[in-house]
Amino acid sequence: MSDHELRVSKIRNGTVIDHVTAGQALNVLAILGIDGSEGEGVSIGMNVPSDRLGRKDVVKVEDRELSQSEVEVLSLIAPEASINIIRDYDVVEKSRVDRPETVTGLLSCPNRNCITNDDEPIASKFTVVADGVRCAYCGEIVRDDIAAHLDVQT
Amino acid sequence: MRQDHLISAANLSRESIEAVLDRAAAIDADPAAYRQRHAGAVLALCFFEPSTRTKMSFDTAMKRLGGTTVDMGTVESSSVKKGETLADTVRVVEGYADAIVLRHPSEGAAKMASEFVDVPLVNAGDGAGQHPSQTLLDLYTIRERAGLDDLSVGIMGDLKYGRTVHSLAHALTNFDVRQHFISPESLRLPRNVRFDLHEAGAHVREHTDLEAVLPELDVLYVTRIQRERFPDENEYRAVAGQYRIDEETLEAARDDLSVMHPLPRVDEIAPEVDETEYATYFEQAHNGIPVRMALLDGLLARAKEGSR
Repeated sequence: MSDHELRVSKIRNGTVIDHVTAGQALNVLAILGIDGSEGEGVSIGMNVPSDRLGRKDVVKVEDRELSQSEVEVLSLIAPEASINIIRDYDVVEKSRVDRPETVTGLLSCPNRNCITNDDEPIASKFTVVADGVRCAYCGEIVRDDIAAHLDVQT
Repeated sequence: MRQDHLISAANLSRESIEAVLDRAAAIDADPAAYRQRHAGAVLALCFFEPSTRTKMSFDTAMKRLGGTTVDMGTVESSSVKKGETLADTVRVVEGYADAIVLRHPSEGAAKMASEFVDVPLVNAGDGAGQHPSQTLLDLYTIRERAGLDDLSVGIMGDLKYGRTVHSLAHALTNFDVRQHFISPESLRLPRNVRFDLHEAGAHVREHTDLEAVLPELDVLYVTRIQRERFPDENEYRAVAGQYRIDEETLEAARDDLSVMHPLPRVDEIAPEVDETEYATYFEQAHNGIPVRMALLDGLLARAKEGSR
């Protein structure tokens, strides 16, 4: 039994997002739109030891399975993450996140002069490049701290 | 969404560039043959920023092809003042015109607008982003003077916000060109343009002083260092003087150097240079007509074919 399992109890149904980049757990919750107000059970382990990553975060969400678009965005801030779907205490599905080619409507462009920050009827769109994302409209590249540009409330 | 727009020089291939330049050369050689080529066609000029040269150049080019233009006027006198979005503006205007030329202060505006219209749309400058039709006339001028391969091109001034610079740098990656970027540290090329040049495998060097590289240049493309970009006037004064070209500066240059500038200039090229063999900037501006005629001719002809 690993350290994080000692600290965070098993869930009956839901999703365990493991191997999240250390420090990104709260952003993962932000992406999922989870703030506890709906009464869902949420457990977080932060900076727990990991053989693979050194330190990692773990997020367990009860009674919630992730959509493909949610997984895609998770991949941007936690490229090493694994998604475990839990049903009746068992892992029924385990997968690694895949980096998408584009993400639409989920990040805001940090270039304040980008047309996507004007009051136009379009969603932001970013193409995923080697080590970051790039605005499909103005070309701005975001490499560091992508989570800071998530178009969701933290 | 149709594909026949001109949004960014990053999307131009060597073949597509040469096709426009060849057509421009044919127009230059026999302008009368193109006089009625697009009789009855209408070009919409949507300039959300002040512009004299680019707007007049497109206006003239369209009229010399036999067509006409409609101009939305200034932003102050348009529906934009009432809060209309750019997306709505271009969707309305495409019903009036066969093609649209758009200048807008926001980066990515042309790309976005092109997603809402079926008529060809030309980016005539989007903030600090791109200005690809300027680049086509720049390339035409360079080709006329020196060819487009085995060249050393120096690009100097405000490289950070200079959209003509960004477009030219992208387009030059299609050719065997060594690109030298000369600017104050604070006005270096933006990260996204450097990324593209690196990805394209371009031969690029950056400098803060012109002297180091001037003797090897075939072309020196000068842009205005924009005073309004500097938070501190003293900081501007400290660098502005270093990037001024006069006859004394050019003593170290090759005899066949072409000094170019997208204009307008302020004081970065001394008037005394105008009378020298180096000065290419007025010829460059004049080349805007045949090049924009060639560009519009291609876009309108393909649009006509597509609608059949």
